Amino acid sequence: MARLSDANVATAKEIIGRFPRPKSALILLLHLAQEQDGHVSESAMEHIAELVEVTPAEVFGTASFYEMFKFEPVGKYCVNVCTNISCQLLGGWELLEHLEHRLGIHAGQTTADGLVTLEDVECIAACTEAPALQVNYRYRYRVTEADADRLLDDLRRGRLDAEIPPHGVLARVRQRTTERWADTGTQAQAQVDAR
Amino acid sequence: MTETPPSYHVPGLVPTGPKLITTRFDVADGYTYDGYVRTGGYTALRTALTTMTPEDLVNQVKAAEIQGRGGAGFPAGTKWTFLPPNVFPRYLVINGDESEPGTYKDRLLMELDPHQLIEGIVLACYAIKAAQAFLYVRGEMALAQERLAQALNEAYANGWVGRNIAGTDFSVDITLTWGAGAYIVGEETALIESLEGNRGMPRLKPPFFPAVKGVYMQPTIVNNVETLSNLPWIVNEGGESFKAIGAPTSTGMRMFAVSGHVNRPGVFEVPNGVTTFRMLFEAPEYCGGIRDGRKVKAFIPGGASAMWFFDEHLDLPLDKPTVDRSGSMLGSGAIVVMDDRTDMVRAAWRVVRFFARESCGKCTPCREGTTWLERIMKRIVDGHGRPEDLDLLLDVSDNISPGIAWPPRQTTICPLGPSAVSPIASALRRFRPEFEHYIAHGRPIDGVDTRSTAHV
Repeated sequence: MARLSDANVATAKEIIGRFPRPKSALILLLHLAQEQDGHVSESAMEHIAELVEVTPAEVFGTASFYEMFKFEPVGKYCVNVCTNISCQLLGGWELLEHLEHRLGIHAGQTTADGLVTLEDVECIAACTEAPALQVNYRYRYRVTEADADRLLDDLRRGRLDAEIPPHGVLARVRQRTTERWADTGTQAQAQVDAR
Repeated sequence: MTETPPSYHVPGLVPTGPKLITTRFDVADGYTYDGYVRTGGYTALRTALTTMTPEDLVNQVKAAEIQGRGGAGFPAGTKWTFLPPNVFPRYLVINGDESEPGTYKDRLLMELDPHQLIEGIVLACYAIKAAQAFLYVRGEMALAQERLAQALNEAYANGWVGRNIAGTDFSVDITLTWGAGAYIVGEETALIESLEGNRGMPRLKPPFFPAVKGVYMQPTIVNNVETLSNLPWIVNEGGESFKAIGAPTSTGMRMFAVSGHVNRPGVFEVPNGVTTFRMLFEAPEYCGGIRDGRKVKAFIPGGASAMWFFDEHLDLPLDKPTVDRSGSMLGSGAIVVMDDRTDMVRAAWRVVRFFARESCGKCTPCREGTTWLERIMKRIVDGHGRPEDLDLLLDVSDNISPGIAWPPRQTTICPLGPSAVSPIASALRRFRPEFEHYIAHGRPIDGVDTRSTAHV
């Protein structure tokens, strides 16, 4: 896997431009790399290090703290089943076991065809809609076993391609770059203070 | 299964109080710019910028006595006054990293009414004289990120964010960013670390109180999404009107997510301080009773970090000082109801496992303590518990939070470690025979559901 593409470098520079200090863009740039390749590759991290002017070790140091970043290829779809307390009370574990059985893998593994990575995750803020899961961070609520079967079938047949982009893609709308007013800094802030 | 996000459960108009911040949840295009402006959006911002000084605005928010909705419940207006005068640049950080188990409200506010939050952010920046805000959304919330990005682009294009807002000389930038999966980043100093591109580990307070040394060591205010979403209403209607709703000790309306074994789990905006837990669980306009007509065995009143409550607490009002005095907290408005068939040992294990997984590892008592609590609980649940394990659980808990008291004392930088003690102390003190039965027989007591679901 590769360094960031030219188009993504341009995007990365826009993102960096929205922060007073380049390193603040680091997590968004790691997401950008994951959007490009489906996971965060070493060469992408080296490239990001150049862009935000830190060492590759610092980039990995930050990246490795966060669960969403994958350093090895994962499935096209990450199916994350919540088993935390509200979901446990309403069958989150049984839902996870059902999916393990249907996919023939354990939580944490990827199917041989590379379609699905299954994970047992912590609370995803859908507690009133238990049991809940996410497919590439898109929610499914009050999921029954029949719903789960239909979901897997839809994923295999590509019926959800329009709704659920491949792993790594989060928001499909980006904040647009604007002229940063805050760049004018303390002088301008003093003007505000004078009001 | 609901196919089209966002799915949310908001009942019709609640007869006991008005809607302040959920008015657009039922408006199909309430999240768009057109939908927002059509329903009165951005009028508060224009009013504030053209007729009020920043001090006027601070005074309105102080008069409202709104308590922060992120968990700690500190009065928002007072928090703003902690900024040292004349130190610039200063920053506003919006905490949208909602991940406390049981908590589900900020995501709805971001997905269904992003412009209301943006208006609240610009108002707060005007009040605290900040020119740069950072809107930090949880990494796993793709739809919220998308809607906020769209809303920000629209707000910039229409002159509500950016340079010379509403034709005045006030200008502010909002930078949208998000995390990548770490509960601890909801802690304000850890969030600031994450915002600086680092591992999300909390900073020691003192000296790193955000108001004094926050983002880039500059003065910083960190406010919760729900708190800021209330600002447009407060400006439009006045702080005194806000204070008139709810109780004097817990003002305004407040969002609560009620999950678990109730007939109709949901997110409700309720009059703060006067509604009781029993009303919330039983009233037809809220949850409509416990499933299958059963009884409450325990409930968590304020997120996984809170001590558990039992049937004797049902008639307590959702009032911060009352709940604090009763030995728990309202926290982030997360109520989890467990009926009388719930396996308490398994429930406590699952909450402890959460804290063990999410400990950032910076402080030894938390890193080691939560790990051991989880291992001991797991072997009990798996049928391999030892008689001495119960005292061992309390001993480890005492090392993380000396005295196992409430409010918790802590040997750690942040409250995550002591939070792991709450489920242990709550379940073990109240349901010790259930633990002993597990250890003696390798299985739960009779009558609890052996599946994780107590609703067959």
